[in-house]
Amino acid sequence: MTETSRTIRVTVNGSQRELAVESTLEALLEALGMSGQRVAVEVNEQVIPRSDYPRTTLHDGDDVEIIRAIGGG
Amino acid sequence: MADNDKLIVAGREYHSRLLVGTGKYRDMAETGRAIRGSGAEIVTVAIRRTNIGQDPDEDNLLDVIPPDEFTILPNTAGCYTADDAVRVCRLARELLDGHNLVKLEVLGDEKTLYPDVPATLEAAEKLVADGFEVMVYTSDDPIAARRLEQIGCVAVMPLASPIGSGLGIQNRYNLMTIIENAAVPIIVDAGVGTASDAAVAMELGCDGVLMNTAIAAAKDPVGMAQAMRKGIEAGREAFLAGRMPMRRFASASSPLEGTFWQGGS
Repeated sequence: MTETSRTIRVTVNGSQRELAVESTLEALLEALGMSGQRVAVEVNEQVIPRSDYPRTTLHDGDDVEIIRAIGGG
Repeated sequence: MADNDKLIVAGREYHSRLLVGTGKYRDMAETGRAIRGSGAEIVTVAIRRTNIGQDPDEDNLLDVIPPDEFTILPNTAGCYTADDAVRVCRLARELLDGHNLVKLEVLGDEKTLYPDVPATLEAAEKLVADGFEVMVYTSDDPIAARRLEQIGCVAVMPLASPIGSGLGIQNRYNLMTIIENAAVPIIVDAGVGTASDAAVAMELGCDGVLMNTAIAAAKDPVGMAQAMRKGIEAGREAFLAGRMPMRRFASASSPLEGTFWQGGS
């Protein structure tokens, strides 16, 4: 199936997801219902500034972490 | 309390010397009521993965304690290496739009939740070099406290007894030594169980107390938050007023002269 070359596999918060090639971080957050939310993101352990989400293209094998603040001491 | 008696951390002034965590509450509403009841201005939060697929309308903690109203202090709780702690701080800084103040803790083991002091020193050096303002959880070792201050931490936060134990102030002479040596605020972080513990810490001369479980695990967290606020204030006022010296035997409060009866010891 030629479609396999049209998608990439990335890890998001520890789970594998399949995305279209050339997907941006902004598109991923939108798909997850998280755009505009108070979150921070790193790709392959590099923090991505919020303003860079639209121009950050994800690649096959990328490891994405999306974090937030929760209760803690 | 004197209006000019302020806690100064990293150049910012605070009226409240009580710092509180946001963990272990029943729900967001109770968290918000307890935080407000405590009068705290500096509030700790943890940094964790988002739950993918959760209801996007679910309350976000930062809506309950808005960063424009409170000083948010992201912690590195759960980190056991310096690198993990630095990673969490960098994410927290992005989450909070460049806010640099962090609570560093690098833990040694799960049973004691004591800090791994060498790893804490390593993380503190990296964070200070990267522009962070580091408030650091540490043991009650005066030498470790001094090293952390020398590295450039903006507050040193020794434990009074283990995190979440509620055992109170178990190390008052160590705390006194740390306080005497320090030019940065010394804030007791961990161990307080009830309002008198908070008062004792402040009477020793601590600049503040950071607590979470003592409030969150009380039967009535909002009531305990208010009690803690009073305990902190009473302890601080007593410290400033200067306590009387202790003596082993009695000292009569009424005059010894002018008695008109014959009995006596």
